[in-house]
Amino acid sequence: MEILNTIFVAPFVEIVSYPSFFFEVLIGGLLSGVMYSLVALGFVLIFKASGVFNFAQGAMVLFAALAFASFLEWGFSVWLALPITVVIMIVVAYLIEKLVLGRLVNQEPIILFMATIGIAYFLDGFGQTIFGAEIKSIDIGIPDGTWEVSGMLIPEFDIVAAVVAGLLVIVLAVFFQKTRVGRALRAVADDHQAALSVGIPLTTIWTIVWSVAGIVGLVAGIMWGGKLGVQFSLSLIALKALPVLMIGGFTSVPGAIIGGLIIGAGEKVGEVFWGPIIGGAIEDWFAYVVALIFLLFRPQGLFGEKIIERV
Amino acid sequence: MLYREAGQFKTSYQKDQQIFPILQDRIFVSIILVIAFGVVPMVGNDYWLGTIFIPFLVLAMAAIGLNILTGYAGQLSLGTGGFMACGAFAAYKLTTAFPDINIIIVLIASGAITALVGILFGIPSLRIKGFYLAVATLASQFFLVWLFNKVPWFTNYSASGVISAPPREVLGVLVTGAEANPAAKYLFVLSLVAVLALAAKNMVRSSLGRNWMAIRDMDIAAEIIGIKALQTKLSAFAISSFYCGIAGALWAFVYVGSVEPLAYDINRSFQVLFMIIIGGLGSILGSFLGAAFIVLLPILIKNTPAFLGLSMASDMVSHIEAMVFGVLIIFFLIVEPHGLARLWTIAKEKLRLWPFPY
Repeated sequence: MEILNTIFVAPFVEIVSYPSFFFEVLIGGLLSGVMYSLVALGFVLIFKASGVFNFAQGAMVLFAALAFASFLEWGFSVWLALPITVVIMIVVAYLIEKLVLGRLVNQEPIILFMATIGIAYFLDGFGQTIFGAEIKSIDIGIPDGTWEVSGMLIPEFDIVAAVVAGLLVIVLAVFFQKTRVGRALRAVADDHQAALSVGIPLTTIWTIVWSVAGIVGLVAGIMWGGKLGVQFSLSLIALKALPVLMIGGFTSVPGAIIGGLIIGAGEKVGEVFWGPIIGGAIEDWFAYVVALIFLLFRPQGLFGEKIIERV
Repeated sequence: MLYREAGQFKTSYQKDQQIFPILQDRIFVSIILVIAFGVVPMVGNDYWLGTIFIPFLVLAMAAIGLNILTGYAGQLSLGTGGFMACGAFAAYKLTTAFPDINIIIVLIASGAITALVGILFGIPSLRIKGFYLAVATLASQFFLVWLFNKVPWFTNYSASGVISAPPREVLGVLVTGAEANPAAKYLFVLSLVAVLALAAKNMVRSSLGRNWMAIRDMDIAAEIIGIKALQTKLSAFAISSFYCGIAGALWAFVYVGSVEPLAYDINRSFQVLFMIIIGGLGSILGSFLGAAFIVLLPILIKNTPAFLGLSMASDMVSHIEAMVFGVLIIFFLIVEPHGLARLWTIAKEKLRLWPFPY
């Protein structure tokens, strides 16, 4: 009874008696969830368009952030460093398409998945060889203070991140829905063969998708790098984006956002109110367990395409 | 010329169902076994046995385990590290609680405990498939490692959290712990791996293995022809975890000499997954080839700059190591997506016809 009380009653009592603290934790969680969504977006774009489960997204975030931070360090202005890094990410995307994926057409998904892990190793090593492995900071003038809203402290940085993520989603939505290339991308996502047969060049489309994912990775890298500093551990946030994907579904852009919010909020609330009871540091696995429970009810995630199996 | 099966008639069902139906194969395997059991421990020095052969064998065992689950039953798993940790801690708890029980029995019991844990984490596989399942198995990876880190009962309340493997004997020879002779440790691991690899080979040839493969190829179709998905998937999880658990226990007790959760992090899972992909999915031989490749490759890469006379900062070396490793993985996938085991099969086919082209 004692145990049941500490797990199922005491935290709720705490929540009800200090609602403003709870909302502070919740909002902090939601905002950090937005940061996970930024990484998850890159995964979704590539999985949607090419069916590749891109484990290298975390490495791409690290690589882009490293490049951007290094250009800033070498005295480039932000408006010069940004386009140069974008160009670099496009080149990386082109090379990945040309040298790796183009040669693995028609292979099993697991082989492609493995290849992206190879890419992740390479990008991690390559980025740190060229740009150095020491921790860099990115400072592009994002305000760093906190707002006080009716007794709750909200970090301004996270608000900016949320706005950026929102803008990114809008831009992506317009790009996918309103442009010629976007239409081609959706066609490829729907059916490779049919898209090919109406004259959509697959390799070009894949290069574009990987470039877009690289640019999304750059945005994620700037936000994460601004928050934590650019270091190797950025590459590991990809692991945090995976449960987000599971909840949202591998193929859904809104799913990535909603999943990020659920994971971010669940993780923070769980850590603050339940973490101390069972030993703390539950952030490592809590997200996965939440995602697992979601999946038991919806095996394709909240917004994933319904899996139809035929014999 | 040498590898010809002409004239070798199978006159009984038993002969037809041998693991190695061709005489030359049997001779070749016996030679390998003689070298492994007789020559290597005589010739190999402590460095070779301790840092190359023992980790190779232990990881080959883990790779067989994962290959049963992923290669044969088609359930992609990233939780190998967690299951290995489970085996290691189960063995540690058992052998410290009952010091008199033979270490082999302890290992098998810890494998069985890991199998139960594997079944528990395998339950979602009934509903979740493909990459969703792979991500779901990450839950077991992170949760198990966290559990062993946080709950002091598992480490017998040791203050530092790192515990050394207790010395245990088999037939009067010390085989675990830091003081054991590398040759004895090597022979101990080799015997276990040989027996369990044989068992695995026979399992995948039996109706159990055929059920696994049917589920892998298309689970709905397999269910329609009367294969029970529940039992088949969970048995794959159980047996795979059994192998991974024993491998984890051997890793801690025989190779490292200490039991620590950090040795079983997510990178271990990826390492074993690499082994079965490079070696060949759905092949017991491939597990060994892949393990050899993944164990030897970093050692080769590490020693190449020194061999060429280049001196580099150590962090630079580790970055270049990661780069070369990534490139080689991609290279191998492009050249032979079905792994080293396929190359071996192709070589045998060629040898059969040699010196004629067809």
